[in-house]
Amino acid sequence: MKVIVCIKQVPDTTNVRINPETNTLVREGVQSIINPFDVYALEEGVRLKEKHGGTVTVMTMGPPQAESALRDALALGADNAYLVSDRALAGADTLATAYALACAIRKLGGADVILMGRQAIDGDTGQVGPGVAENLGISHVTDIRKIEEITDSRIIVERLLEDGYARLATRLPVVLTVVKEINIPRLPSLKGKLAAKKAQVPVLKAGDIDAEVERLGLNGSPTQVMRIFTPTRPSGGKKFTGDAAATVGALLSELTAAGISIRKSKK
Amino acid sequence: MDPIRVITQNCVGCKLCVKVCPYDAVALTGPLVEGRTDRNTAVIDLGKCTLCGACVEACARYNAIVITRRTFKGQDVALYSGVAIFAEHRRGKIASVVPEIIGAARALAKERASTVSAILVGNGVRAFVDELLSYGVDEIWMIDNPGIGDFDEDVQSELVAEILLEKRPEVFLGGGTVVGRSLLPRVAARILTGLTADCTELSIDPETQLLKQTRPAFGGNIMATILTQNHRPQMATVRHKVMAPAAKVSDPKGNVVELNHIPIPKSKLEFLEFVEEKSATVNLVEADVIVSGGRGIKDPKNFDLIEKLALATGGAVGASRAAVDAGWIPYSHQVGQTGKTVKPTVYIACGISGAIQHLAGMKGSDMIIAINSDPNAPIFDVAHYGIVGDLFQVIPELIKRLDSTGG
Repeated sequence: MKVIVCIKQVPDTTNVRINPETNTLVREGVQSIINPFDVYALEEGVRLKEKHGGTVTVMTMGPPQAESALRDALALGADNAYLVSDRALAGADTLATAYALACAIRKLGGADVILMGRQAIDGDTGQVGPGVAENLGISHVTDIRKIEEITDSRIIVERLLEDGYARLATRLPVVLTVVKEINIPRLPSLKGKLAAKKAQVPVLKAGDIDAEVERLGLNGSPTQVMRIFTPTRPSGGKKFTGDAAATVGALLSELTAAGISIRKSKK
Repeated sequence: MDPIRVITQNCVGCKLCVKVCPYDAVALTGPLVEGRTDRNTAVIDLGKCTLCGACVEACARYNAIVITRRTFKGQDVALYSGVAIFAEHRRGKIASVVPEIIGAARALAKERASTVSAILVGNGVRAFVDELLSYGVDEIWMIDNPGIGDFDEDVQSELVAEILLEKRPEVFLGGGTVVGRSLLPRVAARILTGLTADCTELSIDPETQLLKQTRPAFGGNIMATILTQNHRPQMATVRHKVMAPAAKVSDPKGNVVELNHIPIPKSKLEFLEFVEEKSATVNLVEADVIVSGGRGIKDPKNFDLIEKLALATGGAVGASRAAVDAGWIPYSHQVGQTGKTVKPTVYIACGISGAIQHLAGMKGSDMIIAINSDPNAPIFDVAHYGIVGDLFQVIPELIKRLDSTGG
């Protein structure tokens, strides 16, 4: 079983705060981490390997410092890592990113299962997984919460939907994006950390992945950011303090005055 | 030439660009500002820069930062007109996001003096025609074929792509649903155009007539407005429960165009089973009232209290990540950046401090009520009404009052 896990290095938005005076992001002390959803994808890849044999390759496209995310992934059980990095790739939107990753995956000889998190927590798009699948001409299933069964040619998965889940089967190779429910990721082992430190992380440049240059990076990106702004910050509403009866009473009379009922309607 | 540059002679070293950069890619480490000895000009670290343009915007006054781009050849823009939407459906029902997208599409089509079309593919989809037309759709592009399964997204995306290539709408919108956010990226990758995820605002730029696609990023910390200049259609998925649904028209006049000449490929996907989530209180996305519990609940068995309040309000049960990570309630209840985004009429946050990731998933609610013992909890900043108090006292009181009189 050959597994490729695509990860992204993102700023740890759990530490992102807004400076109330300037209304801008406070970045001080904000660390770069592996996109949390991708950690679940990696764990699932490692589990597939442990059960069925094979290799787990982790790959990211990003600036040179994204190498540290790959080393973290190696410490978590990936066998080898590739950094797709080149100035020509900068500014890629999801179309150009999916194209470059697909080219790199093809260059590495493809995979049986390609795993990623359902979305990255900085961009929140979730568009790269399906895009990679389309570029490779293989099927994809998003929001996987369970891999039920996998053989050399077929896989059965559970896909989380708004109102339940669907069980789907498909042929390999396949691109799967995962939700957090799929597993509980392990922590890096000391041995893994040491090995990760020493591991070679080859860099694939734009010229190494057999890509059409004009479809990479900013030039290959149809979408363009016109404006970035901070949403207006609400100033907070009415606060009630006191004992439960008084505060609840005050709240309900405010709601009634505003014409809002939170009482179950009798149908 | 680098895709982004600082024009040193225009830079005054004001640091605005450094402050707005979400990626920490700008620093004042360049040559001294002209005529100053205490200030340096800005330098952009191309390793960190994602060319998001925040600094360009911040520097509008001095025009010292420019982004230059030379995009790969797009489609012939002049050949494209009209607004199309993806009529998502599953298990015999049109998705509830569809009327909302049609509403957005009608507003855009009005601006452009054009029409709204719906792409409808699947097995037995003829049954949805009247409903779609009643929302004021002008034309339905339909492939009704038993060979297209509800979950055959590979086939559906291929058919949608074929229809778009043939019909050439200038805008194509889908729902920001699990299916929409899976299918549209595949379509965009197939026909090589831009796609913006999960938009909360769409409008036509009066100057360029381009579709302005506005969406939150960084867990709602920043908003970005995105354009697709040279490629068509301009594609976007639209966040559910943000746009107002289209008003029904009294005399639907639209017509149906069947596109049966497009061959149906064979799917690689095989649908086995759909399992509806048992609890009726799980479907957060559709709920009008949501009662959510967080760390302040303290113990899994106290979630009963949340459930009782949900019952009294006729609402659904939500949870913060802290409560889910503690194993008190399944992930399907999680509201927030890494859970579900909800926009109920009323959101009641109980014992939730209001981490930015949680706020990202619920701050679009029409009304937010917070119950928390900490008067400084950030949840109170976004709440319209807040009760500072012990939720184990407040919630039972609230339930009591709701079950008896008024509310």
